[in-house]
Amino acid sequence: MTSLINQTAAALAGLLADGSVSSVDVTRAHLDHIDAVEPDVHAFLHVARDAALATAARVDARRAAGEKLGPLAGVPIAIKDVLATHDMPTTSGSKILEGWIPPYDATVVRRIRDADLIPLGKTNMDEFAMGSSTEHSAYGPTHNPWDLNRIPGGSGGGSAAAVAAFEAPLALGSDTGGSIRQPAAVTGSVGVKPTYGGVSRYGAIALASSLDQVGPVTRTVLDAALLHDVIGGHDPLDSTSLTDAWPSMTAAAQAGLADGALKGVRIGVIKELNGAGFQAGVKQRFEETLALLSAAGAIVSEVSAPNFEYAVSAYYLILPAEASSNLARFDSVRFGIRVNPEDGPLTSERVMAATRDAGFGDEVKRRIILGTYALSAGYYDAYYGSAQKVRTLIQRDFAAAFDKVDLLVSPTAPTTAFKFGEKTEDPMAMYLNDITTIPANLAGIPGMSLPMGLAPEDGLPVGLQVMAPARADARLYTFGAAVEQLLEAHWGHTLLSQAPALANIEMFATEGGAV
Amino acid sequence: MAKAELMDYDKALELFEPVLGFEVHVELNTKTKMFCGCANEFGSGANTNTCPTCLGLPGGLPQVNRQAIESSIRLGLALGCEIAETSRFARKNYFYPDTAKNFQTSQYDEPIAFNGQLTIELETGRLVTVDIERAHMEDDAGKLTHMGGAAGRIQGADYSLVDYNRGGVPLVEIVTQMIEGGEADSPEIGKTYVAAIREIVKALGVSNARMEEGNVRCDANVSLRPRGSNILGTRTETKNVNSLRSVERAVRYEIQRQAALLHAGGTITQETRHWHEDTGTTSAGRPKSDADDYRYFPEPDLVPVAPSRAWVEELRATLPEPPAARRKRLQADWGFVNLEFQDVVNSDLLDVLEATIAAGAPAQAARKWWTGEIARLANAAGVSADSLVTPAQVAALIELITDGTLTDRLARQVLEGVIAGEGTPSEVVASRGLAVVSDDGPLIAAIDEALASQPDVLAKIRDGKVQAAGAVIGAVMKAMRGQADAARVRELVLERAGSAAVEPAPSGSGE
Ligand SMILES: [Zn+2]
Repeated sequence: MTSLINQTAAALAGLLADGSVSSVDVTRAHLDHIDAVEPDVHAFLHVARDAALATAARVDARRAAGEKLGPLAGVPIAIKDVLATHDMPTTSGSKILEGWIPPYDATVVRRIRDADLIPLGKTNMDEFAMGSSTEHSAYGPTHNPWDLNRIPGGSGGGSAAAVAAFEAPLALGSDTGGSIRQPAAVTGSVGVKPTYGGVSRYGAIALASSLDQVGPVTRTVLDAALLHDVIGGHDPLDSTSLTDAWPSMTAAAQAGLADGALKGVRIGVIKELNGAGFQAGVKQRFEETLALLSAAGAIVSEVSAPNFEYAVSAYYLILPAEASSNLARFDSVRFGIRVNPEDGPLTSERVMAATRDAGFGDEVKRRIILGTYALSAGYYDAYYGSAQKVRTLIQRDFAAAFDKVDLLVSPTAPTTAFKFGEKTEDPMAMYLNDITTIPANLAGIPGMSLPMGLAPEDGLPVGLQVMAPARADARLYTFGAAVEQLLEAHWGHTLLSQAPALANIEMFATEGGAV
Repeated sequence: MAKAELMDYDKALELFEPVLGFEVHVELNTKTKMFCGCANEFGSGANTNTCPTCLGLPGGLPQVNRQAIESSIRLGLALGCEIAETSRFARKNYFYPDTAKNFQTSQYDEPIAFNGQLTIELETGRLVTVDIERAHMEDDAGKLTHMGGAAGRIQGADYSLVDYNRGGVPLVEIVTQMIEGGEADSPEIGKTYVAAIREIVKALGVSNARMEEGNVRCDANVSLRPRGSNILGTRTETKNVNSLRSVERAVRYEIQRQAALLHAGGTITQETRHWHEDTGTTSAGRPKSDADDYRYFPEPDLVPVAPSRAWVEELRATLPEPPAARRKRLQADWGFVNLEFQDVVNSDLLDVLEATIAAGAPAQAARKWWTGEIARLANAAGVSADSLVTPAQVAALIELITDGTLTDRLARQVLEGVIAGEGTPSEVVASRGLAVVSDDGPLIAAIDEALASQPDVLAKIRDGKVQAAGAVIGAVMKAMRGQADAARVRELVLERAGSAAVEPAPSGSGE
């Protein structure tokens, strides 16, 4: 018997469809595993055990009644706490929203419910998605399943850890500067930031509106494609949502499994994202991967993106500027906690100030102050205005690169997972960790991270980032699936099968041959 | 605050030149709000027309109301503005509990309409051209009600309630350039300008245009420049002046107040001021400076609005005739003197009059009926004149008078019947038996009888003393119970008196 929790979503979907297992069984197996490992991992802020089992039972009943269900019907999923859910608290990792249950579902949440997936709960994150380590969650950090003393990445460390720790086969994340891709890289999972406008942001608590994008977090490229097909597509409630007719990402991923899928694919290595400051083991795995790609018939060349050196600076002006305005609504008037000042009159202004003082963490306050300053009269042109110009230059760098190549690659993150506390005292060091992922958000193009091995020096996962032109998300899935197949064939196993067992559970006992 | 010293108005004008500016907010009458699908409705239960977007809940996102864009473009065109090829929304950031998102979604450097002009006519006939800087779109704030304090003021209130039904309602803010040279007419310019805006939005049908419900709200900027100086004075912004008369009073008050202060060696504080309808005064509000920093930046949740030129031209073609031009044209067409025309305009009867005339009624007759009998009845009933009868009914009534079926007196009875719902004027004539006796036969019989019974009168008439006919006419009209045309009776009396067929009664002088 194979454990239900180590199955891919695609495999579970097959077992559910042919009646081998019930959704209740699958859901219960995951819930039980959550109970077992959560004390160590802390990927979840809320687990909806009863609701999940009830939903699973309904899906089973409908399947039994012969109803035609979607491809992922009955498969459990974890939801990043940045997404509004009408039946579960939604805090965005912040004290200021403690206990808040929205009166509505985010569009992506509605879509996964409509597709009969089973929401297991809400996953941990850096407060308001500000961070690269989940250490800025108001509810305590999430631990990396590969090494519990290390960060799982951020801001979506909860979703990535939940998937990597086999607590859920699928998760939803959000990516403003790498919050899906970097956690995927450091936990050995797969994460995709779709083209800006490809997936609805309605109901995603905004960090930086012009950068945020919701996307899938999974263990395989095909699973990510299956989930992307459920959540993607036009939403009239999001004015920045594209009206394109999207191709099937699932079909695109399946196309990548065909023989010779990599032949003739032009791959660009971004010179500026392969240099100093990158961990040796990260560089080594990247070079090995490039060699394998060449051997498989891909044409690898180097491209330059000279303006990427300004990306982090521009990002850390645009993001705080938009965030300072987006977070203004947290004022205790309509929702969330309310804190009265200790003394003095109870004016609305003073109550707002006391609430925000008590409700926001330091990193959030730091960015609100930064953004307020950047938007101030007299500074706007120098800061926000200049940052927007840099954004245009970066878009041009990408356009020039995509004239020459089909896809761009880089390591997803400069290092493997760092230890807790290593960078919390040095915000700049934390910010620089996002150097590889930020450009895709500034340009609105899609990016994927998938595992490319373990760094020899620490045995921790390393991620490969792949980027495609805007709207060419399908190209990512075709290429990603091909690379994943190539690497797993090279290793002889999946990367996550190498993760240490948690809570003394022998997850792979029955998987003959897995090392 | 103690009541401010005011300078005599004429003296203030002698010493200073007033410089004006107006910001008029027009609430559009779209079905739904500016950025969400909630109903744009006045008078619903508190916070019932709300959703995550207009409540500013986490995760809420705006969607632009196409109808609001259309209304804004039409309003811009009616104000002679250029319509931007691309226009962007911007966030105006400030904290206030009636503003759910703690920023207003407005427009900053890329308004939908700009560079317009509006020429207004003062009562003296003076024409003043007001330059419009811009007309931009934005969303309205919710409504705060302060509880427990005196007179609903925030000072001393125990707590405040907020109703977000109005939050997110579409507004167009129309901003003028500085208006100089208004001189003593400045208060009237304010009133007439706001009246003109109100009339335009009403004619366009883009707003309910009821100032008492806040559909049209005016902020009046006033500053004074000492005679002989070319340096602009510090301005005050009197907020939410919500009736035409108040605009006039507020401008006049600020001129007098500022003049007194400046003349006494004081300085004007740049501030917003509140208008008090009851006392007819303004009082200091929030100090305001040009350094007020709303940290505007382009709204990242919305894409730019780029109305195609074809659409703009399509909308231009739907514009009604400008109200001022229409008035001019109608007055000339109808041949009314100013007093007559003003009476029609002031009674809000322009539309019904136009329709009545279009239905065939002579202009003067239509005016006489609408401003006379119908207005009187409407007044007595406390309703509007056009709710009593339709222009078509009035035209039909007038037609019956013209063709001699009715006299004015009979027509008033028919009108009562029409208002009472007895049918069309012709139906009322028939059912009430009110028609003038137009067949000469019964009239001649009655006249002959009257003449015969009054031989002295007959003799006088025959002697050429035609005014003597009055006595006979009176007797005939009485005999006909009023249902005769007096003019026709007179004609016939003279005719019959001159005819040999009429002889005095046998008791008379004989041959
Ligand atoms: Zn709404």
